[in-house]
Amino acid sequence: MSRLNVNPTRMELSKLKKKLESARRGHKLLKDKRDELMRQFMNLIKENRQLRSEVEAAIIDANRYMAVAGSVMQKEALETALMLPKQEVELEVGEKNVMSVNIPVFDPKYRSSDANDIYSYGMAFTSIDLDGAVNALNGIFPKMIRLAEVEKACQLMADEIEKTRRRVNALEHIMIPDYEETIKYITMKLSENERNTTTSLMKVKDMVLKQSHNYG
Amino acid sequence: MYKAAVIGDSASVSGFAALGLSVFRETDADKIKKLISKLAAGNFAVIYITEPAAELVKDTINKYRNSPLPSIVLIPAIEGNTGYGIKALHEAVEKAVGSDILN
Repeated sequence: MSRLNVNPTRMELSKLKKKLESARRGHKLLKDKRDELMRQFMNLIKENRQLRSEVEAAIIDANRYMAVAGSVMQKEALETALMLPKQEVELEVGEKNVMSVNIPVFDPKYRSSDANDIYSYGMAFTSIDLDGAVNALNGIFPKMIRLAEVEKACQLMADEIEKTRRRVNALEHIMIPDYEETIKYITMKLSENERNTTTSLMKVKDMVLKQSHNYG
Repeated sequence: MYKAAVIGDSASVSGFAALGLSVFRETDADKIKKLISKLAAGNFAVIYITEPAAELVKDTINKYRNSPLPSIVLIPAIEGNTGYGIKALHEAVEKAVGSDILN
């Protein structure tokens, strides 16, 4: 804690009082922001963990099917089957503002009207395990999109929370105590000056009275 | 309109082609780095990358951590789940809260 380097005048005092006032208000607001961000962040974390475990389980499942398909079919045949996809996904990206953090929102748009129109190959020359793999991936895809949203939101919010926390701490532990100390210093200096003036006035009065009337 | 990409070894990512995602079969660190930069500059909003591939290009992935797009999501490769994907979440919590409270 340190006193600010200012002149101990009434002008500075009233300026500092105003600054202290707004620092306190800012501190309260930022603290509220931090708490709310934290609450939302915790919800997102919970959702993220849930989604991630579901997505990971489904992808591992699909990979298992894929491994079997790979062993049953020739590698080239497998590649060919998946070479020309029927389906195409495009994402519409929106934005959501959560406590001044801009979070992207993804809205998938499928080229073919049926979102389940995913089998880009004939059934005759492919293994049934490939169907299983593709089906498992297709089932989890909406959740994968949501996971991408939530993951990004978590990262952006973590960053914002860190920034806000730093601001709150700087206000609480540095700026506000500094202002308070400086205000105290100026007040004391001013009253000291006042007392000083009073005593010298009294002294002068004494001297003047003594000179003119020969008082004690 | 934005697109979604999948990066990883051939066996792990081929299935995603059927869903209409853009699939990139890469396992070389330098090539993946270049690819991610290219995709991020292009119109890719979501990049799924397998955990082993992501471990090769940590720096590049961290670079996009605080920009709104693209969202880079780690997925398990065909060898199984390495737990590297959930680690990113733990890091985010540690950054926000000050300590990892998930365990």
